[in-house]
Amino acid sequence: MSDAKPSGGNIDRRVLFLNADDNVGVACTDLAAGTALGIDGNSVTLPGNVELGHKLARSALAEGDKIIKWGAEIGSVTQAVPVGGHVHLHNMKSDYIPTYTFEEGQRFVAGEE
Amino acid sequence: MKINGYLRADGRKGIRNVIVVGHLVECARHVATEIVQPFRDQGVHLIGFPGCFPNEYADKVMRQICTHPNVGGALMVSLGCEGFDRNGLREHVRDSGRPSETVIIQETGGTEKSVEAGRAWVEKTLAEIADVPRAEMGIDELVVGTICGGSDGTSGLTANPGIGRAFDKFIDAGAACVFEETGELIGCEHHMAARAATPELADEIISSVAKAAEYYRVLGHGSFAPGNADGGLTTLEEKSMGAYAKSGASTIDGLIKPGDVPPGGGLYLLDVVPDGEVRFGFPNISDNAEIVELMACGAHINLFATGRGSVVGSAISPLIKVCANPETFRRMTDDMDVDAGRVLEGRGDLDEIGQEIYDLTLRVAAGEKTKSEAMGHQEFILTYKSFDPIGPSCLPGSA
Repeated sequence: MSDAKPSGGNIDRRVLFLNADDNVGVACTDLAAGTALGIDGNSVTLPGNVELGHKLARSALAEGDKIIKWGAEIGSVTQAVPVGGHVHLHNMKSDYIPTYTFEEGQRFVAGEE
Repeated sequence: MKINGYLRADGRKGIRNVIVVGHLVECARHVATEIVQPFRDQGVHLIGFPGCFPNEYADKVMRQICTHPNVGGALMVSLGCEGFDRNGLREHVRDSGRPSETVIIQETGGTEKSVEAGRAWVEKTLAEIADVPRAEMGIDELVVGTICGGSDGTSGLTANPGIGRAFDKFIDAGAACVFEETGELIGCEHHMAARAATPELADEIISSVAKAAEYYRVLGHGSFAPGNADGGLTTLEEKSMGAYAKSGASTIDGLIKPGDVPPGGGLYLLDVVPDGEVRFGFPNISDNAEIVELMACGAHINLFATGRGSVVGSAISPLIKVCANPETFRRMTDDMDVDAGRVLEGRGDLDEIGQEIYDLTLRVAAGEKTKSEAMGHQEFILTYKSFDPIGPSCLPGSA
């Protein structure tokens, strides 16, 4: 995680940016499609519903981009997301590669990354 | 804010001056409880270990707890035939400059005589430790721990990042901060490794998380399962990051195990998962087991993040409860010290929460009672475990 800073220039308290470097925010309430949301000083019309606790894109995201939350990578984009778009299972995936893998006998064994 | 600490003979300073009364086996718990009863508002706390058979880990933790800087004296209650090294513990406590005694129920003549003997010792010792030397204590002498319990989807959004921001402030001021539960950090090991002070420490951190993953797999415990997508969590690393946010953004200076006291200021990961084969069941059977381990590492105060609403406190070291969920806070206000969930309702931001936690922690160090402390919560639990000592790479700064 890089330095912990407040939520940039954002003042719309319906979305929470956990770290200044984040490219996704967290909905603090259920947000319906068509809602005008302030993100970094711009008014963004949400393209779809985003439920409480779910993520939305702070800026347009392209396939392969890393998703940053808490200032840390939590996965990558599998399908382009417009600004304000819901970010979840349908357009992102885990990048987690454990240094141990399941092998015979179903034990974790230290291995190559 | 001046902290007027209690200066111990070993040079460490405490923020409280309690007497602990500990049973050395479950069979002695009633007597220990009865001894404490008349003194429960005078800083006399019940601790103990329920097992009959000896255990090196329990021995180490009891020694560290009884010589914790917040402790002024220790009375142990033994049935008489259990395996605990009661003489070794008493001598260890006496060697630290603290009064210590053992009541052996079988030799004293049963329940009532032992209660009477124990209460007499506590009464005498309360007077004796009342004038323990005081000395101003700097923030750089504080050890602050953190743990989460009764978590929900809000924990990672408000309370945990708020605690992380407070941790960063404490570390900047020279304090030692300790976070834990590698079993909840699976998926974060590479982030942690990248924050480690040395490459060797990074390797130790990755190994400790691999150990936790294996341990939980054997137990059939679900810490390795992907996060609950309904609450908005998409990946395993995202789920773990929520808990990991408690650690803030500072460099990780060391990896310690229960009973190891940080050698100086900085951020330390406490590895609470036992070494070797799975032997004694779940690593931590409840939140207080982890709090006891943080105290065994010298934590003067612990920061507890809760979403669903835990009410626990702790013997010996005050517990500050940081409530992540604004609805829980409204329902259980009397138990909560910090309303971190207000961020979700547009009242305040995470930096304000971090500052509030930091300021409150200093006031508690200076004597203000936390909610659980004022209500008399003194939970304590210690069970069986086994650990290998940490390797030389774990504390690069102290080499």
